[in-house]
Amino acid sequence: MHRFANPAEFNRLADRILPWSLAIMAGAFAAGLYLALFASPPDYQQGDSVRIMYVHVPAAWMAMFTYMVMAGASFTALVWRHPLADLAGKAAAPIGATFTALALVTGSLWGKPMWGTYWEWDGRMTSVLVLFFLYLGYMAVWQSMDDEAKAGRAASILALVGVANIPIIKFSVDWWNTLHQPASVMRMGGPTIDGTMLWPLLIMALAYKAYFVTVFLWRMKLEINRRKLSVLSQAEVYG
Amino acid sequence: MAAPLRSVFMAVLARDMRLAWSQGGTGTMALSFFLIAVTLFAFGVGPEPQVLSRIAAGVIWVVALLACLLSLDRLYQADFEDGSLDDLALSPLGLAGVAGAKILAHWLATVLPLILITPLLGLFMHLGADGYLVLIASLMIGTPALSLIGSIGAALTVSVRRGGVLMALLVLPLYVPTLIFGVGAVDAALNMVTPMENLALLGAVSLVALVIGPIASAAALRLALE
Repeated sequence: MHRFANPAEFNRLADRILPWSLAIMAGAFAAGLYLALFASPPDYQQGDSVRIMYVHVPAAWMAMFTYMVMAGASFTALVWRHPLADLAGKAAAPIGATFTALALVTGSLWGKPMWGTYWEWDGRMTSVLVLFFLYLGYMAVWQSMDDEAKAGRAASILALVGVANIPIIKFSVDWWNTLHQPASVMRMGGPTIDGTMLWPLLIMALAYKAYFVTVFLWRMKLEINRRKLSVLSQAEVYG
Repeated sequence: MAAPLRSVFMAVLARDMRLAWSQGGTGTMALSFFLIAVTLFAFGVGPEPQVLSRIAAGVIWVVALLACLLSLDRLYQADFEDGSLDDLALSPLGLAGVAGAKILAHWLATVLPLILITPLLGLFMHLGADGYLVLIASLMIGTPALSLIGSIGAALTVSVRRGGVLMALLVLPLYVPTLIFGVGAVDAALNMVTPMENLALLGAVSLVALVIGPIASAAALRLALE
């Protein structure tokens, strides 16, 4: 892992991965969107509104996945002082916040025809909303401090405290109120969703994941270049 | 070894409690804020007793939470600015122990008085007669988590100028479980259901916060002191 602490080494690795992730992202989005929006059947109860699900569910999965990436990066940053780890958290946070917002917006658009309301204080929606606030807090810490190294570590502490709290928040909010459907794909005993709908969903999930990898690597490279630039300009001023 | 540690802990505790109730301390201000903010709700939603009594527990809990938050934002900042935090960091207690003492002082000096006047506010808000005891019990069990989690936010923002707003952004999402179980307990009692489950969960949240709070606060303070 510490081999990639060298930014040049990391950039080389990123450049090797990027063409692949870009290609997978483009292919999976093209196939997934076609299957989801045209080829898959409308639901017998939900009609065409079910197509929102293909955009919504992967966004919600990625919202949680990205927080886990952020938390893993924060842990690595605090424990091993890996120099690129806090940058990884910084790069992941806005992507995760966007996925979270997308999940909330699409969920609310789906809720209007299905539940008859844009917003319902249902357990899962509320916990995703709280997750969104946690992302905002993490990004706000990065912005609030001038010293990047300190900001990175403060943000990492916050991300880890957040991870300890996410299960508690999730549980408390579920306890508080529940209207959302129970999980139907990732559960014991196999998915309860039909294959004609499962495949488009999984392909869309792959597309989202490839999107994450691509944008994440772009943002990492951007952060590394930005840091190089600021070191160079400081060298010019003080050198 | 144990005796000096305890006396250091007690000294920090006593110092912070004195500061909270001296001039310019947070004790009286939090108390006044608590009173005024609850009254504002009555003006906001109107004086109908049914409406007020329906929202009484929620309003009292939310305002207690905000009063706690407002009084926490300078928990470490004053000591950080005048340098006493550097001294405290060198004490045999360690930063986590100092954080623990300061959190306990905050709870005893600022939060406990809030809890003691909640019966009066319950009266203002037409809280049902079955709710009083459980409201006080839920605040007693739940508010330590508010002080402990808030301390992490205060420590993270200690070096940030005007960190109060940032701290609210960091800490409020983490307050959600405490609020849910706290209000849940009172609502259960008002509906003639046992509040014990909610109170037990509230206690669990506080215990988790007790484990995380001082350690995370110490880590954040160490960062600011570097």
